[in-house]
Amino acid sequence: MREQILAIIEKNSRIDLKELAVLLGVEELDIVNELAAMEAEGVICGYHTLIDWEKTSIDKVTALIEVRVTPQRGQGFDSIAERIYKYPEVRAVYLISGAYDLLVILDGKNLRDISRFVTDKLSTMDYVLSTATHFILKKYKDHGTILTKKYEDEREKITP
Amino acid sequence: MRNPLADKAVRLKPSGIRKFFDVVNEMPDAISLGVGEPDFDTPWHIRDEGIYSLEKGRTFYTSNAGLKELKVEISRYLKRKLDVSYDYNKEVLVTVGGSEAIDIALRAMVNPGDEVLIPQPSYVSYEPCAILADGVPVIIDLKAENEFRLTAQELRDAVTEKTKVLILPFPNNPTGAIMERKDLEAIAEVIAEKDIFVISDEIYSELTYKGEHVSIVNMPGMQERTVLINGFSKSHAMTGWRLGYACGPAAVIQQMVKIHQYAIMCAPTTSQYAAVEALRNGDEDVAEMREAYNQRRRYLMHAFQKMGLECFEPYGAFYVFPCIKEFGMTSEEFATRFLEEEKVAVVPGTAFGESGEGFLRISYAYSLENLKKAIEKLEHFISRLRQEGEKQQ
Repeated sequence: MREQILAIIEKNSRIDLKELAVLLGVEELDIVNELAAMEAEGVICGYHTLIDWEKTSIDKVTALIEVRVTPQRGQGFDSIAERIYKYPEVRAVYLISGAYDLLVILDGKNLRDISRFVTDKLSTMDYVLSTATHFILKKYKDHGTILTKKYEDEREKITP
Repeated sequence: MRNPLADKAVRLKPSGIRKFFDVVNEMPDAISLGVGEPDFDTPWHIRDEGIYSLEKGRTFYTSNAGLKELKVEISRYLKRKLDVSYDYNKEVLVTVGGSEAIDIALRAMVNPGDEVLIPQPSYVSYEPCAILADGVPVIIDLKAENEFRLTAQELRDAVTEKTKVLILPFPNNPTGAIMERKDLEAIAEVIAEKDIFVISDEIYSELTYKGEHVSIVNMPGMQERTVLINGFSKSHAMTGWRLGYACGPAAVIQQMVKIHQYAIMCAPTTSQYAAVEALRNGDEDVAEMREAYNQRRRYLMHAFQKMGLECFEPYGAFYVFPCIKEFGMTSEEFATRFLEEEKVAVVPGTAFGESGEGFLRISYAYSLENLKKAIEKLEHFISRLRQEGEKQQ
């Protein structure tokens, strides 16, 4: 049941619990209990909204920053990652295999915002060896949802 | 000038669904629940394989019976799904959709005057194809109280000396009925005893919601009497690719290949390459779509229950088949009024045979949001009908 609940709420976290119970053919109470358990276990970490900021009047720039760091004895990458993710403008931090170590996703109002963060805060940190910043120009698909096109039903209206 | 038309063609009844189609087409803003094909696009990796085959210039004919790779994959698929063996070389034929397979199976097996048993309600093409093959269609009216399954008694009652072939359309369009193992065991006995053959149209086999699909070929002695028809339209959302297949005894397939070769040459090459990919790497897509259909099915059954609309629980395909007899209208009247007053199109059960009278086919090959809108209108409509009924009393 867990897997099915997660598959549905990952796409639609606002779904009514009664409806969720109907769709999965289980009791509503079981859903409530399962959700509570997953929240307690930290399986479910939050219920967010997917926003296409492009369509709002709010200015927003997102950058992906590759960061190479020197791991610290006894702590590896964890403490440096923590120092980065504590900034509220940092949306995500991932440890990455390959040519660099940390991938930082950063939201800012504009280019200057981002570059200030990188030059003032990020690259001046101890253990940070280098950074490479990539700005997102256009989002085609986010969280499994295609943002650029709407589904249109082009099928014949009645078929046998 | 002489009449250019053949009597046989002229005598064929126009499809009941076509009539309704013309009405719906006049209403561009109607919500339709009348579609007999998936709402999903073909999974991208399958489409990509089709595109790739075009890029590579694979625009030639394939061998008549189909690409070897595809026939091998079909044979493997049936082994893995049903645990039955088909020799890809002699017992598998790739066709232009399941529809072509139905047509040529009948043409390969039926002699003039042979009776073809057709359980109804069922897909619209069995009866005309039987007629075109010079067979005599004999309709078995399936009953709501049996959840529209074919019973051994019904079969026994319909068989005569002239019976040659039974068409077995399960999981069923339009009722959503399935045949479980015990149901198949019961009819297999009659089939063997009466020495008849089976064309088993299992195009919806991947869409069952109660255990695994069981085929008539799983019953002892049945594989050698059966032409099994399946395809990619429903399982992999590939209707427009027009690709199906037939598997059966080499002697029958050999004759079918001959007809296919003269009528069609071969199934579309692009589609065949895409289908290889579908069978090799498509199981997860199928499972995902099945789960989505199942959720919608549960949603509809729940909604019918809430509005007190009688409907047996269907465990197959993507249709529900609610009963509307309480409103004292024919299926066609109900569907027409529903369309005119609420702008929702459903298909009258009678489009699939007279035994569909009193029922509607509602397709759930639509997004939940769409279904919700339509169900709200249905609820509205039937509560108005019930009020009208009370006033009259």
